[in-house]
Amino acid sequence: MSQAMQSGLSGPPAIVLDKVNKWYGTMHVLRDVSLSVAEKERVVVCGPSGSGKSTMIRCINRLETHQEGRIVVDGTELTDDLRALDTIRREVGMVFQSFNLFPHLTILENCTLAPIWVRKMPKAEAEELAMNYLERVKIPEQAKKYPGQLSGGQQQRVAIARALCMKPKIMLFDEPTSALDPEMIKEVLDTMIGLADTGMTMVCVTHEMGFARQVAHRVVFMDRGEIVESGPPTQLFENPQTDRLKLFLSQILRGH
Amino acid sequence: MSQATATVEHVPTAARDQPPAGTVGPWAWLRANLLGSWWSTAVTLLLGYVIVRVLFSLIEWGLVNAIWTVPYSANGIADTSVCQNVKGVGACWAVLVDKYRLILFGRYPYDEQWRPAIVVLLFIGLFIVSGMRRFWRKELVLIWIATLAAVGVLMWGGVFGLSLVTEDYWGGLPITLILATFGLAFAFPLAVLVALGRRATKLPAVKMLCVLYVEIIRGVPLISVLFMASVMFPLFMPAGVNVDKLLRAQIAFILFAGAYLAEVVRGGLQALPKGQAEAADALGLSYWKKTAFIILPQALRLVIPPLVNTFIGFFKDTSLVLIIGLFELLTMGKVALSDPPWQSFSTEVYLGLAVIYIAFCFAMSKYSRSLERDLNRSRVR
Repeated sequence: MSQAMQSGLSGPPAIVLDKVNKWYGTMHVLRDVSLSVAEKERVVVCGPSGSGKSTMIRCINRLETHQEGRIVVDGTELTDDLRALDTIRREVGMVFQSFNLFPHLTILENCTLAPIWVRKMPKAEAEELAMNYLERVKIPEQAKKYPGQLSGGQQQRVAIARALCMKPKIMLFDEPTSALDPEMIKEVLDTMIGLADTGMTMVCVTHEMGFARQVAHRVVFMDRGEIVESGPPTQLFENPQTDRLKLFLSQILRGH
Repeated sequence: MSQATATVEHVPTAARDQPPAGTVGPWAWLRANLLGSWWSTAVTLLLGYVIVRVLFSLIEWGLVNAIWTVPYSANGIADTSVCQNVKGVGACWAVLVDKYRLILFGRYPYDEQWRPAIVVLLFIGLFIVSGMRRFWRKELVLIWIATLAAVGVLMWGGVFGLSLVTEDYWGGLPITLILATFGLAFAFPLAVLVALGRRATKLPAVKMLCVLYVEIIRGVPLISVLFMASVMFPLFMPAGVNVDKLLRAQIAFILFAGAYLAEVVRGGLQALPKGQAEAADALGLSYWKKTAFIILPQALRLVIPPLVNTFIGFFKDTSLVLIIGLFELLTMGKVALSDPPWQSFSTEVYLGLAVIYIAFCFAMSKYSRSLERDLNRSRVR
């Protein structure tokens, strides 16, 4: 919460993780993770592979279940209660590393499926909404095509539009550019920057430091299942406090 | 260097788009596939000779020397001595001409056999309608129910001025089609549910039941399931309750096919990337909506070849109901052959039956290939 204050955002938190622990078998993958994301706040999560950042973000819409601690999203606590889970998933959109578009449906059908069947929106209205978002991600002309006919960058932009069609309050991005060819990363990041400008609450796992600097209110660095450091991007990148973050930053910079 | 490139570029594009001479066309195909080297040429010639010889003797036996009709004596008994005389050198198709109605419709009253004939046509119409993608909507279920009702009315009769014909007199192709069509039509949804149940990790009791069902049914031969249905099942029923033999065989058949199809469907479910279910979950789709719109359409598409393979297998397995005294197509062939004058012409009868089985099975496999092609058109990469 205090960090949210620092970034000038107040109001009720959109996401609260309180001492969350998770094990895969005997492997401890999340250790006492506590994080609070305010409404309209944009948080970038980074860390070496295997640090638990994807697991954490997937716990937020319960694609993974946590074993200890509390997760509250949009005022609803995540439990085994399926109705609560449905409510949360309706309000939380997610974009995956591997796009996960539905290959047997057209781009338009990918976007209208959930609004029609989850939000009970009339078909015509859902299609209008979908075209609206496809225009925002700059691919309305691909609406009748199938995902397999699009490039990776286009597919990921469709995936973003698909999530937005549910009019979510919160958007989660799980390494959205990691599976893309370098020349396509920019078009996806531009779409995400455009989304950030609308004031969407965003949690984004990514290694794109330029993106983090540009849009994040706060960067969270994770390593070995715990949050090691967090703060505004400039502070974190220019004045890292821990050796682990220093090491990580040097590796990232060498890679780029 | 640059000079050389320049001369190449001067060749007209139309000419350059052509592949080198002698690499396309039927003659090139022959040279590449049949006459590539001296031994390949030798094998081609030898096999060609064998094929031509077999073809000639088949035509000679089946057409040139074949007997299509035989004279009948005054009391209606066929005089098959003409056939006996050409045995070995000519086919006696007269046996099919004489017996085709018995084989196709069994002991159904002769004057009423237009009813099973319509039933067969109804089934073929149902297959064609169900195969066309533009009929793939909710109304198709109604068409199936209507067809089932029409089949029942036509076969049994007893209403609309049709005389009553009990199942004891049914036989031949209608029995085969009833068992296969309704067997697979009911087994398929059952199989989907069982396959889903087997993967329901959150419902251990359901999962156990499904595993048990599949493993037990798969562990016994179809014949023993049919025996159970026909012999043991009535023992457990209270006195006076009599479930019809055909229905019992039908249920046994559904249960058996269901187990096999369930494993095929499960294969498709497993082949689907986990991300698809996760994406559907993340969008807030409920389990059943996710299954209906995302999981099954993709999983079933993946398993069309093994699915059709199983369908074809079970279509032919309907012939096993002869073991419990149901007179389906193959059994009727045997019955026809028990008539003394025709006893020695089993080759012709079985060839005739084979043609019917092949017609249905080939149609299925042909259809499955075109379906696969249609459905995969959207998956071009």
